Amino acid sequence: MRRSWWRVGGKGLLFAAALVWLAPYLWMVSTSFKTLPEIVAAPAYPLPSSLQWGAYEEVFSTIAVGRYLLNTLVMATAIATLQIALALPAGYALAKLRFCGRRAAFLSVLACLIIPAQVTFVPVFTMLGPLGLIDTMAALVLPFAVSAFGTFLVRQAMLAIPDEIIEAARLDGASEFTIVYRVLAPIVQPTLAALFLFSFVFHYSDYFWPLMMTTSDDVRTMPLAVALLREQGTGVRWHIVMAGNVVLSLPILALFAVTQRRIMQAVTARALS
Amino acid sequence: MSEASLAPVRARHPYLLLLPTALVLGVFFIYPVAVALYRSFFAWDLLTDPQFVGTAHYSRLLAQGAVAGLVSRTLAYSLVVVLGAGSLGLLLAVLLNRPGRLYAFVRGSIFSAYIVSWVAVALLWLWILDPDAGVLSRAATGLGLGRIDWLGDPDLALYSLAGVSVWKITGYAMVIFLAGLQDIPKSVLEAAALDGATAWRRFWHVTWPLLRPTTVFVGTTSLIMSFQAFDIVRVMTQGGPIESTTVFVYAIYEQVFMNLRVGRASALTMVFFVFLLVLTAFQLWLWRRFSGRRTMGGS
Repeated sequence: MRRSWWRVGGKGLLFAAALVWLAPYLWMVSTSFKTLPEIVAAPAYPLPSSLQWGAYEEVFSTIAVGRYLLNTLVMATAIATLQIALALPAGYALAKLRFCGRRAAFLSVLACLIIPAQVTFVPVFTMLGPLGLIDTMAALVLPFAVSAFGTFLVRQAMLAIPDEIIEAARLDGASEFTIVYRVLAPIVQPTLAALFLFSFVFHYSDYFWPLMMTTSDDVRTMPLAVALLREQGTGVRWHIVMAGNVVLSLPILALFAVTQRRIMQAVTARALS
Repeated sequence: MSEASLAPVRARHPYLLLLPTALVLGVFFIYPVAVALYRSFFAWDLLTDPQFVGTAHYSRLLAQGAVAGLVSRTLAYSLVVVLGAGSLGLLLAVLLNRPGRLYAFVRGSIFSAYIVSWVAVALLWLWILDPDAGVLSRAATGLGLGRIDWLGDPDLALYSLAGVSVWKITGYAMVIFLAGLQDIPKSVLEAAALDGATAWRRFWHVTWPLLRPTTVFVGTTSLIMSFQAFDIVRVMTQGGPIESTTVFVYAIYEQVFMNLRVGRASALTMVFFVFLLVLTAFQLWLWRRFSGRRTMGGS
């Protein structure tokens, strides 16, 4: 008897949790298909009278969605790719090679883990200004070309690789470059995939850094553009803001739906390493 | 730290392999901290030449109680987020730690909020919490609670932001607790069940103690994460009403981009950094105390 009560209570909580996390999304989508008169007349009514695409048309006509999305994708892809390309050689040297200063180098990488963008943005902004780099893709990508955490993760993965593999490759005449990118990279591929996804998702959604480093539309990213939808115009036209929100979130939710397990692994990797 | 086992082919190879990483980390992480420290001794508006002012920024920040206000607001927000997301994350992890599509779907829905942009979450909840037209405000009025101005009431706004943040990062806590639960050997729980322990006693006497390193990890990382909050404040309240949601990073942003006070912003940045160092030291101390395995350097 007690057991079944536990079970009913558990199911009830489960249902409540699903509702708390899904209802806001459904509300966002529902609002985006409404018209302004509908929202004014009955703001809390759950459903639009029909699927009206007016808010989406407005989003696409007021902001250059294509360009913002392209900027965002280019930035996030460039960052994730660079992080992997640079973490591989560094991780290899830190995990496998004997050299003077190795421990200091490793500790410096770890030390950078505690320096977030929120600490560096003021000095980096004043550093890049005189160089004419504010408002360029370089200002968005270069500061994140290396991830201290990524370097650490790749180093941990490399530790598990037997030395014999590297020695054999050397005997075959492989250069260190070949060993890093052709021999070791495929072995640590799961780590690289997790790192790429995590970094891509983080930077696609990032608002902080692009807000600080851009002043015009040229390299502005999607989160900034959507946030501006709310700030411009008279009164808040929530159907348009929510339509912008759907456009912003859909690509990342779609990516998440496909790679859910990998992304969750990337998040837990930090806890387990 | 294990000993690296291979001699490099050429002595310079390790340094070449590390060079790009060292350059980027040096230029964009370590050097900026030095620059911020240096600038914090100057008054500079980005237009005219910087003026040396010594420690005037620091003494003014401390004397006016500005730092105390920022720290207490930021910590109050962070503590609500850490406790809320941590306990909800643990509860959901325990409930959802079983196979089946339905469970996977609910886990995915909760975690998706952590993946979606802070901007999207902030705008969505701005609409839900709109004092006149938002569903939650309408529901509160319907229940006879009166008009609740979630974000316009200076006593409430910070906690409304914290509530939205709990919604966003509970998925993070849940996923890490799930990984922790998976690590608990089934045999231990089965043995306890055979001894006749109820579900609650099994949780309290077996699961919870074994989860302690995970709990410490979730608590400390989400504390540091929320101490750096900015996006949600910028989108939802812009630090108001009457500065009630002006957390640390937002204050730094205001000094640079609205008041053009780079020197004072740099001093604030350094104070903020010192707090992060203290929190990190606290984190490392807790990790060392409560876990054999989960430490950064070990492997």
